[in-house]
Amino acid sequence: MSVIVKTEKLRVEFTSREFHQATKVAVQGLDLEVQAGEVFGFLGPNGAGKTTTMNVLLGFVPPTSGAAYLFGIDVRQPIARQRIGYLPELTYYYKFLTAEELLRFYAKIFGLSRAETDRRVDNLLKLVELEQASKRPIKSYSKGMQQRVGLAQALINNPDLLILDEPTSGLDPLGRMKVREIIERLKSEGKTVFFSSHELGEVETVCDRVAIIHQGELKVVGRVGDITRQHHGNLEKAFLEIIGYQPQPAT
Amino acid sequence: MNTIFALAGVVIKELYRRKDFYVLFVLTALITLAAGSVNFFHDAKIVRYVKDVCMLLIWVSSLLIAIVTTARQIPAERENRTIFPLLAKPVSRAQVLLGKFLGCWLATGIALLVFYAFFGVITGSREHQLPVLSYFQALWLQWMMLAIVIAMVLLGSIYFAAPSSTTTICFIVVVGILGIGGHLDSIALQQPQPFQFILYLVYFLIPHLEWFDLRDFVVYNLGVVNWLAVTLASLFAAAWAGIFLLFAWLGFRRKSLNT
Repeated sequence: MSVIVKTEKLRVEFTSREFHQATKVAVQGLDLEVQAGEVFGFLGPNGAGKTTTMNVLLGFVPPTSGAAYLFGIDVRQPIARQRIGYLPELTYYYKFLTAEELLRFYAKIFGLSRAETDRRVDNLLKLVELEQASKRPIKSYSKGMQQRVGLAQALINNPDLLILDEPTSGLDPLGRMKVREIIERLKSEGKTVFFSSHELGEVETVCDRVAIIHQGELKVVGRVGDITRQHHGNLEKAFLEIIGYQPQPAT
Repeated sequence: MNTIFALAGVVIKELYRRKDFYVLFVLTALITLAAGSVNFFHDAKIVRYVKDVCMLLIWVSSLLIAIVTTARQIPAERENRTIFPLLAKPVSRAQVLLGKFLGCWLATGIALLVFYAFFGVITGSREHQLPVLSYFQALWLQWMMLAIVIAMVLLGSIYFAAPSSTTTICFIVVVGILGIGGHLDSIALQQPQPFQFILYLVYFLIPHLEWFDLRDFVVYNLGVVNWLAVTLASLFAAAWAGIFLLFAWLGFRRKSLNT
């Protein structure tokens, strides 16, 4: 099996302009490997360093030390992102464009031919059920529809690796089901999915392996079944124990 | 190049969907009306005066379109966070800058073309002559000057957080260069040292935007400028735009994307 995502002793520090130039370590010494064809869950409480790690993988933030690779290519090279799709947590798209125009714009960036673009745009609009609304500007869409546009743009290049940042946050049950179906479909096609989520039940259902990060440090990485067995419960119980959560006794 | 053209296309689409182009057409109508009245006065001085006012209006409105449109490009990408899904594609920050530059430059080029076409047709029909080459040179050099301005504004938008700061500062700088840039050397002669040296230094360091101003050639029908001078001025504009874009890239390549 080939390694699709790899980080080596990844460290990311931020220097605050306020608070007398205080340095905050967001990620420290992170070693991670995601194999081809895996659905990999990246878990942690808020502020644990998940989004920072994803931002490094996507080339938004340079690592302070260590390295990160996608398909063996240093993430600082734009070409490392040729075979990935990314769905951000919130919908950050040009809202004056229609869904179809947005997909065509991204297809052009990937250098797809006109015929291939037509085919993929049609298929993706069908997949996310936005055919009827494809000629309307994105700003007129509901949140769920905007999230579906996001999913379509993440798939426009038929990626081998899909990076999803909280893909189901704010979606209704139907939307969540749709996202889950798409992840499972991609898995069956042998694609790799790397995603962060707070929906542990969902993670337990779709992920092969998970990593749990807390205060910038990797606490555990392994198969979902192995982790839940070790902690004699479900993933939520394991997660809380791993991050050291102590339940307060009821008064 | 696909990426740069795709980004430029989005800039142009945004411009006309934000209704900026409607303002442009109102201005065009005003210019047309003003130019249309040229021959009613039957006085050469008034005719020239009206043409002068029209050309000034073309200059001011194209400068405003260029500066205001460019100043918001990068800050809006960061503020709306549209830069994130964009840079998650195989797109470099240099390509983002070049795409934005090209989009703004082409958009102002379209605006200029519309302005000059209306102005040329109306004045030409009134004066019974259409000095096409003279109009083309004036348009071309103005467009080249706007390349420098757009690159300068892009550079400003990397360092100043608010588009309004970038717009104000760049507008003052551009108007300052156009107004006194060409006279700095003669002002320097009247100054004691070290001010003389400093003024000379400024004179040789600034992009001389006033060199691109061929309004008098159009207003007074002075004919065509030497093509070699036009070519050299175009190269001068390309060099300055390149310098500003290089510094913009140096600032943007390591800049945090969060606002």
